[in-house]
Amino acid sequence: MAILEVKHLKKSFGSNHVLKDISFELEKGEVLSIIGPSGSGKSTLLRCITQLETMDAGDVQVNGLNMVVPGSNPLKYAPAKTLRDIRLSTGLVFQNFNLFPHLTALQNITLAPIRVLNEDRTQTREFAKMLLAKFGLEGKENAYPCELSGGQQQRVSIARALAMKPKILFFDEPTSALDPELTGEVLKIIKRLANHHMTMVIVTHEMAFARDVAHKVIFMDQGVIVEQGSPNYVFNESNNERLASFLARFNG
Amino acid sequence: MADLTSLLPILGEGFLTTLAIFGLTLLFSIPLGLIIALGKMSKFKFISLPVSFYISVMRGTPLLLQIVAIYFGSAYLGWNFDRFPAVVVAFSINYAAYFAEIFRGGIQAIPRGQYEAAAMLGLTKRQTFYRIILPQVAKHIVPASANEVITLIKDTSLAQVIAVTELFSLAKKQQAAYASIYPLFVAGIFYYVANLLLSCLFAYVEKKLNYYK
Repeated sequence: MAILEVKHLKKSFGSNHVLKDISFELEKGEVLSIIGPSGSGKSTLLRCITQLETMDAGDVQVNGLNMVVPGSNPLKYAPAKTLRDIRLSTGLVFQNFNLFPHLTALQNITLAPIRVLNEDRTQTREFAKMLLAKFGLEGKENAYPCELSGGQQQRVSIARALAMKPKILFFDEPTSALDPELTGEVLKIIKRLANHHMTMVIVTHEMAFARDVAHKVIFMDQGVIVEQGSPNYVFNESNNERLASFLARFNG
Repeated sequence: MADLTSLLPILGEGFLTTLAIFGLTLLFSIPLGLIIALGKMSKFKFISLPVSFYISVMRGTPLLLQIVAIYFGSAYLGWNFDRFPAVVVAFSINYAAYFAEIFRGGIQAIPRGQYEAAAMLGLTKRQTFYRIILPQVAKHIVPASANEVITLIKDTSLAQVIAVTELFSLAKKQQAAYASIYPLFVAGIFYYVANLLLSCLFAYVEKKLNYYK
């Protein structure tokens, strides 16, 4: 059974139809890359699935839980308890990291497990330290975000999301705010998570990375899914014109 | 020439009243200011509109007038505030309006991403406010708050309008008694030294909060 199911999702901002009719599925342990030009609705789609935006129509099913009351018209969201359960099974890594600047790297990671999941302090701290070490941030436990490079901050923010042990991890252009020489260190970590069968959805402009890491690729344009399939299909076999011209711009 | 040894005890007593007005005003106006700031940011018009009106009246009319209005107005309404409590009430509700605008500016300066990150981690609204937003607001508002606090020390001299015997009113009496401007000058030194200490305190706080950007 799919761990993530998006069905006929629609979203408008005023008269601007950002997402027109989005449907797709993702199996547990799979990695999905979403590519497409700016303004195609990729980020909005991610924000609807992670409940940072409300959708206008459709449904999202995460780990068997429906975000919307089935068959409700006008659309009615599920009870708060369900939405919270869904939220706690999803993690999001932001383009701009959004680390808490007044907390150290370690505190950024341990705050939610301790306060939200009521996990044991010592164990949480040990787990966070282990994550930081794994991500090449040994000795940075007590550094504040402003003392870290962009790449380091993004790695802390991935650790922060992972510490909540989400079922699905979402990435909203995780390397777009980074200098080119820093993107590699972040992509390496995401790749490692993929090897550990972490279920992930990654919105990205890194085409080579999208192709290498993903089991499945979606190409979006103007609020619709234009193509979807295996990386090989989307990047090599598809004859779609819009996709071809989009990829041509990247391979320049 | 006035004699400093007889002048200092008198002015010292006035200064205690000044400090009492100062301390009590801060004690009441800061929490009240936070509540008013939240009220002004409320999405409910029936809360935000009256609060906006309150702030505009408090900032738009002289504090002197507000002190008189509270003192005589309370008598008119049958509450009969004593002079000192009337002054504290007037100062508190006036300064709360200024603090509210400082707090609001500080709260609104926090990027939306902070709320979103907190929400994604499952923090409740309360946890987000107290653990994520407020600590960052505190840092942002230190310079502007320092301004208000320093002004407050000097503003306490307005209490003389309803004959509260604070520092300045006593100094003025001594000025008349000695027929010399010297007591006023000494009072000025009291205000200045108090504010010098406050400035140092705020500089210290600012430095303490400088551990992150």
